[in-house]
Amino acid sequence: MAEAFKFELVSPERLLVSEQVESVVIPAAEGEMTVMAHHAPVMTTIKPGVVTVKTASGEEERYVVFGGFADIVPAGCTLLAESAVAVNDVDRADLARRIQEAKEDAADAKDDEARSKAEQFLSQLTTLEGAILPA
Amino acid sequence: MPSLKDLRNRIASVKATQKITKAMQMVAAAKLRRAQEAAEAARPYSERMGSVLANITQAIGGGGDAPALMTGTGKDDVHLLVVCSAERGLCGGFNSQIARLARDHIRKLLADGKQVKIICVGKKGFDILRRDYASMILDRVDLREVKTLGFVNADAIAKKVIHLFNEGGFDICTLFYSQFKSVISQIPTAQQIIPSGIASAPAEAVDGGSAVYEYEPEPGEILSDLIPRNISVQVFRALLENAAGEMGAKMSAMDNATRNAGEMINKLSITYNRQRQAQITKELIEIISGAEAL
Repeated sequence: MAEAFKFELVSPERLLVSEQVESVVIPAAEGEMTVMAHHAPVMTTIKPGVVTVKTASGEEERYVVFGGFADIVPAGCTLLAESAVAVNDVDRADLARRIQEAKEDAADAKDDEARSKAEQFLSQLTTLEGAILPA
Repeated sequence: MPSLKDLRNRIASVKATQKITKAMQMVAAAKLRRAQEAAEAARPYSERMGSVLANITQAIGGGGDAPALMTGTGKDDVHLLVVCSAERGLCGGFNSQIARLARDHIRKLLADGKQVKIICVGKKGFDILRRDYASMILDRVDLREVKTLGFVNADAIAKKVIHLFNEGGFDICTLFYSQFKSVISQIPTAQQIIPSGIASAPAEAVDGGSAVYEYEPEPGEILSDLIPRNISVQVFRALLENAAGEMGAKMSAMDNATRNAGEMINKLSITYNRQRQAQITKELIEIISGAEAL
């Protein structure tokens, strides 16, 4: 039984999760990372993906986040997400719309840097779609 | 002197108005509660955002790699004002207060020889500012169709502002909105969002100081991602406060209107009764004097 720590998932509209958890898997910008108690202080941006929370009572909850950043300190972890929803409540039409928008962004990009950024975002979104749709 | 029938009609119409204002007051009260809840729910995010920003600016230590959004362009020639007001009227002095603050600000800037650009959020502020400063209004954002304010709305506005900044459209951006203090008091506020001014804050208040953060990716990169987001959050907060303020102002305005209508009905009823009595007396006198003449 791993030690529990405080995890908070906040979106601009509301506070989604604030509880004691065992571990959290975060889709960080440079690869997924699992956060457990007494993690070294890290600050990272996150990409669109699934956050898996294992609560202290052993249940597993999954949330979809679209970008944001995480602030990890030994005492806890705060995830500030641009928008976050529980996996079961994901609106597929909304996801499809986001992907469509990302595609348009990639098509409209003026310079190479913007284009590669938009394309990267798009691929992250499609991976995300693939990850949650069969669920 | 109005006839009895006129008075009756008048009373009926004031009563109808009173019913409407009463209904509006109750609607505003219900909406106010929702708006307040929304504003409260959004608070944790902006608080955390603030503390994270403070942390990271400390890590960078005001180094040269702070993004321009934070440090500004180093000039203050062109000012952009984002004026947030309500979409609807009938809320007392709410909109005119915000517009007045903005107008004073504009006048001062113009007197100093600065260039002013305006983005209006909400219809009412636009209507007021259009009279004097139509040529300076770049854009207006319409939130009329928006039922519940979401972060996306604020994000869209912030993106517009940031885009303009990156194109060199302005040097300093100030946000005008009404701070929600209580139901009866809303304070029009001007808040500078670009440059954010965090960089110039003294780098003290190290809480614990032990936390040596690791950054992934580089702090500068995170910061350049964070600052635009922070602007969105500021705009979002302003919009939420505005929404709550509008409903508060509307509630008290409608409460006053209902009370005034009640007073008016009282006065009119008294006049009506007096006149009715006068007419009865007159008729009686006519009958009696007629009988005496016989």
